[in-house]
Amino acid sequence: MAAKRPSGWAVRLMALDRRVIFVLIFLATALPLLFPVNLPITASPRVKAAFDTVDRLPAGTYVLMSLDYEPDIKAELQPMSIAVLRHCFRKGLKPIVLTLYPAAPGLIERALAIASEAEGKKRNEDFVFLGYKSGSQSVILGLGESIRTMFPRDFWGTPLDDIPMMKGKNSYADFPLVINLSGSAIADYYIRIAATRYQRPMVLGATAVMATDYYPYLSSKQILGLIGGMKGAAEYERLMDITGDARRGMDAQSLIHVTIALLVILGNVALFFTGGLKPGGSGGAREGTGR
Amino acid sequence: MSGIETWIAAALTLCVFSFLYRDNPLYRFAEHLFVGSAAGYLLAVQFQNVIKPNVIQKIAGGDFLPFIPLAMGILVLGRLWDKATPASRWAIAFYVGIYSGIAIPAYLQAQIFAQLADAVKPFEPGWHAINSVLVLLGFLSVVTYFFFSAPHRGANGAVARVGIWFLMVAFGASFGYTVMARASLLIDRVLFLLRDALHVLPAA
Repeated sequence: MAAKRPSGWAVRLMALDRRVIFVLIFLATALPLLFPVNLPITASPRVKAAFDTVDRLPAGTYVLMSLDYEPDIKAELQPMSIAVLRHCFRKGLKPIVLTLYPAAPGLIERALAIASEAEGKKRNEDFVFLGYKSGSQSVILGLGESIRTMFPRDFWGTPLDDIPMMKGKNSYADFPLVINLSGSAIADYYIRIAATRYQRPMVLGATAVMATDYYPYLSSKQILGLIGGMKGAAEYERLMDITGDARRGMDAQSLIHVTIALLVILGNVALFFTGGLKPGGSGGAREGTGR
Repeated sequence: MSGIETWIAAALTLCVFSFLYRDNPLYRFAEHLFVGSAAGYLLAVQFQNVIKPNVIQKIAGGDFLPFIPLAMGILVLGRLWDKATPASRWAIAFYVGIYSGIAIPAYLQAQIFAQLADAVKPFEPGWHAINSVLVLLGFLSVVTYFFFSAPHRGANGAVARVGIWFLMVAFGASFGYTVMARASLLIDRVLFLLRDALHVLPAA
């Protein structure tokens, strides 16, 4: 007996050229950027906790900020850095910024320029950029003993002792809050050393891929807030009532998600009508079309 | 970024995106350029940041202590020559010992003891108790799933299956976040092309 022929539309959908999907995703990205509808953004408890932790600090408080990312994940962490820096500046906090990634200083200089210009703050009076130091875990450990040993000079070569706002600031004990915005295991090192060994209150910003790995540290209060990916950055911008690249990208983010969800549903329906992945069915990628 | 830098970045972005159509020389050009420039940049930064201040400048200033780490660093390169391989192990053993001494206690303290203490804490009052129950259930069932010394049958099997559900929910959440992360990267590039390169969108 001849097998039931699968539906024509389902067969065509299963054989869809993947480049059609690329075009759909590109349109889902570009159209909302060109024609924004400004979908509402609600701050999650994790981001709200991060925001409140920074917001509660009195003016003049020093904050140690380690911004550990490179251009590959700039999309998520650069808007986050700018939003958090602007929050610190607006509150009158004094961020001491450093990085443990060699390609980060250019991005951080840019973030500092945008944030300080927007909030009217000056280098070495309202913030210091220590630059990059090689050694990740040993540097994080060393910051608990002496910042000057790890960073004798700032990014532009000025000795730390020549910067008045660095007077008396030499270890984690001098910073009521540590903020780490990271796209790597450096976040783990800060949790282990700064938050746990040195018992410093800590806020973490991470890429979306990493975010779920750090939920348990929120529960255990090893970190006080968590900003996850571009969505987290957009929520922070919303709480700050500013519009940065994260908020600009949220319409596109939503439409991409809807497109992907629809494609997944359509793909599964087509798979069902073409006989699934069992032998004899025409669905699945086993036909090796290379698409 | 200035005009020429923006156009170089835009052209390279398009070269990389061209791979979505098919592999081609433009994509390979961008890929090789990236690998080469990244390696060169990293080498230059590490020389300026590590070798120059920690070795060259100190020795030039009369401090000869850096000769010891310098010698150990050179020993690591002994792996490139069969006869010197045993000597390279001394330096590697030293490094592994130091790293273990730093990492293991910190790992136990932050990621084992602190997490265990959180898992067995008293339930929070009110509706938050539901979260506490879910955390405890998830913790016990997932630990049971990863306990391989007893077969996953009977009551042990049932609890392990609940552990699998918890793991699947965790993987699903993680995958959803991963999709969001990849979409963010695309949004950033498209925003760059439309705003910074083509000026179709207003400047930030």
